[in-house]
Amino acid sequence: MLSLRLIRRRIRTVQNIAKVTRAMELVAASKMRRAQMAALASRPYAERMRWVLADLAETIPFLEPEQIHPLLRPRPQVRAVELILITPDRGLCGGLPSHLNREAVQFITQISCPVRLVTVGRKGRDFFLRFGHQLVAEFTGITDRPTYEDVIPIAQVAMQDYLSEEVDAVHLLYPRFVSTTVQKPELLKLLPVEPPTEKITWRYDYIYEPGREAVLAELLPRYIERQIYGALLEASASEHSARMVAMRNATDNANELVKELTLLANKARQESITKELLELVAGMEALKAQR
Amino acid sequence: MALLKLEIITAERIVYSAEDVEKVVIPGVEGELTVLPRHAPLMTMIQPGILRIGRGGQEEELAIHGGFIEVRENKVTILADAAERAEEIDVERAEAARRRAQERMAQRRMDDIEWAMAQAALRRALARLKLVERARRRRGR
Repeated sequence: MLSLRLIRRRIRTVQNIAKVTRAMELVAASKMRRAQMAALASRPYAERMRWVLADLAETIPFLEPEQIHPLLRPRPQVRAVELILITPDRGLCGGLPSHLNREAVQFITQISCPVRLVTVGRKGRDFFLRFGHQLVAEFTGITDRPTYEDVIPIAQVAMQDYLSEEVDAVHLLYPRFVSTTVQKPELLKLLPVEPPTEKITWRYDYIYEPGREAVLAELLPRYIERQIYGALLEASASEHSARMVAMRNATDNANELVKELTLLANKARQESITKELLELVAGMEALKAQR
Repeated sequence: MALLKLEIITAERIVYSAEDVEKVVIPGVEGELTVLPRHAPLMTMIQPGILRIGRGGQEEELAIHGGFIEVRENKVTILADAAERAEEIDVERAEAARRRAQERMAQRRMDDIEWAMAQAALRRALARLKLVERARRRRGR
């Protein structure tokens, strides 16, 4: 049995931990709300972009392969692929990083060609570096609060590697935000761009200025950027909600532990009182007997 | 008379949204372009410059930095890389950007891509400054 003093000291320690995790929970909750708002605010742009691209891409099936924009043209043979892995920068967010890393490992082992790896976020980078996997690019300090400017260099790397035929496809792996408690790793094919095939309910004969191909060529990089931006926002919302849940559990556990320790402390206190009483009575009895 | 529904959207937010716009003047890649109600369906690119919106007899101006414009059925949708009102512009930052771009272009030891990038940066900075300047003059009057 621990001594009363030691138990009391542990209670204080656990209470302090609970304070810290509670604070982290609140911070994560407010960051999660902000990330969700940003995801919501970016939705109209994404939607319009999909429509426009769907309309622009309509003529593709009628074109010769060499007339199709290089970012859209599928390669007959896939010799190497690139994987952009989005993970959190910091830990204390439950199983999210290891879940993502496991998914990435699975992707790499299942695909039958070399994988060039680009990591966004410290957790994925550190994991793969520990295993000696080469990285072609790594970005950090983005997922906490992604902005559109953060996206541009990532998109540059992806497009350059694709256009220079370093790789024949680029995939994106990120945690999709399903709900506060559920985040699902999702694999998205970034390149070659697969234009949305959703049914277009309207039909207009647009005047394209300066021309259909020119507009498409301008639009495609932005479409890719937008997809990465969307993934980053999802990842950010996922990270903060995972952290919030993890920290809430930690706070609950700490409070539970405080309760148990308090019980233990009370018991120890009672025991020591009983022991003192017993000693006192025993002493008195002994004195009585002597007389 | 029919009016235009105008939406200016960037990847991060909706910058402007109105249903009673009389005309929009856009810095298109092929030159300045005015959209009035009942314009034909059109899709074109924007270059950095000043976007003018005529609404209720008043004129509003925004700095805009590239993107697309889509016109159909009296609806104008602008997918902008960035768009700002005069009061949102950081003048000092724009000035610094202009100086940087001009210095870079003055060195003249660069390839086509670098040159184009410097030029684009300069054009963006100039559009911002011009907008602020004009807003200031209007307020002074």
